[in-house]
Amino acid sequence: MEHRFYISPRTSVVSDVAVGRPPAQEPLVKMEGITKRFPGVVANDNVDFELLPGEVHALLGENGAGKTTLMNILYGLYRPDEGRILLRGREVRIRSPRDAIKLGIGMVHQHFRLVPTLTVAENIALALEEAGFLFPARKVEARIAEVAEQYGLKVDPGARVWQLSAGEKQRVEILKLLVRDARVLILDEPTAVLTPRERDDLFKTLRKFAYEGRGIIFITHKLDEVFKVADRVTVLRKGRVVASGLPVEAVSPAELARLMVGRELKPRAEKRFGAPGGVVLEVRGLCALSDRGMMAVKDVSFEVREGEIFGIAGVAGNGQRELVEAIVGLRKPVKGRVLIGGRDVTGKPPAELAKLGVAYIPEDRARYGVVPDLSVAENLILKVYRRPPFKRGPFLNTQFIKEWSEKLVAEYGITTPGVDAPAGSLSGGNVQRLVLARELSMRPKLVVASHPTHGLDVAATEYIRFLLLEQREKGMGILLVSEDLDEILELSDRIAVMHEGRLVSVLDAAEADAGELGLMMSRGAA
Amino acid sequence: MRWRPLGFPIALRLERRLEEEGWLKAAVPLGSLALALVLASLIFAAQGLNPLAVYGITFSRIFGTSTGLAFLLLKAIPLLLCAVGLALAFRAQVWNIGAEGQLLLGSVAAAGLALFVMPNAPPYVIIPAMFVAGFLAGAGWALLPAVLKAKLNVNEVITTLMMNYIAYKLVEYLIYGPWRGKATWGFPFTDLIPESAVLPVIPGTDVHYPTLILALASAVAMFVLMEKTGLGYEVKVYGGNPDLARAAGIRPGKLIIICMLLSGGLAGLAGVGELAGVHKRLKYPWAISAGYGFTAIIVAWLARLNPITNVLTALFMGALLAAGSMMRASFNIPYASVNIFNGLILTCLVAGEVLLRYRIRLVAAGAGAEQGGGSA
Repeated sequence: MEHRFYISPRTSVVSDVAVGRPPAQEPLVKMEGITKRFPGVVANDNVDFELLPGEVHALLGENGAGKTTLMNILYGLYRPDEGRILLRGREVRIRSPRDAIKLGIGMVHQHFRLVPTLTVAENIALALEEAGFLFPARKVEARIAEVAEQYGLKVDPGARVWQLSAGEKQRVEILKLLVRDARVLILDEPTAVLTPRERDDLFKTLRKFAYEGRGIIFITHKLDEVFKVADRVTVLRKGRVVASGLPVEAVSPAELARLMVGRELKPRAEKRFGAPGGVVLEVRGLCALSDRGMMAVKDVSFEVREGEIFGIAGVAGNGQRELVEAIVGLRKPVKGRVLIGGRDVTGKPPAELAKLGVAYIPEDRARYGVVPDLSVAENLILKVYRRPPFKRGPFLNTQFIKEWSEKLVAEYGITTPGVDAPAGSLSGGNVQRLVLARELSMRPKLVVASHPTHGLDVAATEYIRFLLLEQREKGMGILLVSEDLDEILELSDRIAVMHEGRLVSVLDAAEADAGELGLMMSRGAA
Repeated sequence: MRWRPLGFPIALRLERRLEEEGWLKAAVPLGSLALALVLASLIFAAQGLNPLAVYGITFSRIFGTSTGLAFLLLKAIPLLLCAVGLALAFRAQVWNIGAEGQLLLGSVAAAGLALFVMPNAPPYVIIPAMFVAGFLAGAGWALLPAVLKAKLNVNEVITTLMMNYIAYKLVEYLIYGPWRGKATWGFPFTDLIPESAVLPVIPGTDVHYPTLILALASAVAMFVLMEKTGLGYEVKVYGGNPDLARAAGIRPGKLIIICMLLSGGLAGLAGVGELAGVHKRLKYPWAISAGYGFTAIIVAWLARLNPITNVLTALFMGALLAAGSMMRASFNIPYASVNIFNGLILTCLVAGEVLLRYRIRLVAAGAGAEQGGGSA
């Protein structure tokens, strides 16, 4: 197994696919002493990073650790304040994504950069200058088919992008890089939008790329993914490198977690199977349509009691979003009833539900999370600003709001330069903390939480789960919808599985079993 | 984005700035203004005038004489009133393009009140009454588009725009028809409003100060409304994220109607000022307003929808309009050249905004990164 040492003296091969990798002469990418400051924060502080040809290099860190900033610098979106970048030993200045693309660097962003109304082929043609002005898509179709075939990236070139699932969109983004023959591929948290099956396929594809001698940078905050796909891992914490290019087999998950978070993780919150109280939410025979007019929720009935977490598990797209929206008043049900504390609120506007004490932690944080242009304080008061002491007569009590917001920012650990900073400048984890602080500060009776930890790092996830359990202790009823089976099992008192718009069955958490639930999620029957 | 003239070896490339740079906020407008002056000087030079002399004399006449300053203020008053209202509406993403018509309705209300309803009222009754009526008339003219938008989601750009034409025709109908005056030498005007209804002016000038005070007060009041009240907060939340506003229980319909009525009412006040302070009778619609309701859209945006900054941009636009008139009068520069001058300045200012969000790079055509197009 001598060939292992061609890659780097520090590296050895992890994946079986990687065996037989071509020998590497020098790093594909070398970033030296990269420093990037934003007003009030140092996003990258003297960061060194090295990518070898033929490796999958995980860039691990919490939200806000500076992973994306570092890669945005490599991709030409930001310019570093200090430091330099070498490609194959030659210093380059990358001033825009266009420069990066010319140099063979490609990036798949967390939020896809596709034109929804165009076809797959048209979107890919946009990425290619040689596609030309007239009928650009036709010229690239053959090339797409060839590349897609070669890597097993199945996608219909004629389909409109808005019709595609998140996984398919990601494949289009990857195809965009491949038709340009990118040698350095940056993927920013690519698994966040994927089903487990899609994720495994992606990992296989990435290993194939590595085998061909491409370098892959895989940004993540999920430990298990590092071990599943990466050869080496670099860990960032608060803008600094805390571990550089560690071979993954040389570290344990616990060690990595400690490196990433900077402390030991708290033991999991104790779950209590107490006696829940009265019914807070009652859903009876609810039916609702999807945006495309299909019946997405079919005759769903259940209730949530005070002091219990009712978990709804299921693969995304099985009607969970429509169900939640129908409950919180954002979608008119076509049939059935929703009762909050015994009062019929079917089809009532969100304002009335909020008055009855319904808090909503939305799935779509970009859409329902914050007003990005407004300050942290202005975002925090959204659910309470109508009542005194926040408002006196027509006027907002700015002094009180400022003090109150500062208290919430401290209490919920929201990292921000100040309560006057625009909410749009916060990282994903901090936006979610802000949303929770806002929703819980209204002292709700029912919390509807939709994928509350989706896309968050370990510390934020841990904290948000802790908050939900705390609210349950206080006697709130919580409806938790999540794709993450571990989350459902860890938090819920009772669990239902949603499949194709129906609730398959309702189990007590004590008798639920992950394997059984997984089967129900995929097949719809116990 | 890339632009390359045919055969030219250099290409222009626009790249998005991810970080806003503070000094640019001052440098870009000043640079745009300077560029516009340079470009416009070509026009003046082509007419055999020394551009420096034109600028110098115009500048000193506007800012160095009381007539110049008065002229500037006179133009700034209606612009400010309209722009303050539009700033609110635009913050809520309610696109009121109908300030022109709402202004005219304010004039109609003031004329009707002063000529026919209470011609004998003393000034301290008729003047406040005209402003109240003008506000209500302007707001009333905005009510139909507001309700259509709030209840049926009818595009307010179209409806408010079309309401302008109806207002034009309404004024024409009145001056040619039922309200046509007796002592107008055959012109389609109404009679002059009674002396008691004419707004007082700053002595020695034509500046009708009640409207000026109202305009400045409305800017301050609007700032307070937008920054300190629950209503202003709702407007900003709704304008910044309508989906979230709805989920948080903010009722869009109510906000749309309030924003529309307030901006319409403020435009109506401007109309009262023009009628009772400047023209003193109702006449051709284009003579009453001179496009203030449209120009105010630019005034509002140049101030980035901040009511206080609106005072500055309204004064700036007033100076620009005053400069045009001065140039025509002092140098006999044709009307068209003056329009070109104004147009150049506004075009440069608006186009300059791009530089705040994008940077421009010159690149050799076909070349890629600085190190050449080598693949990694």
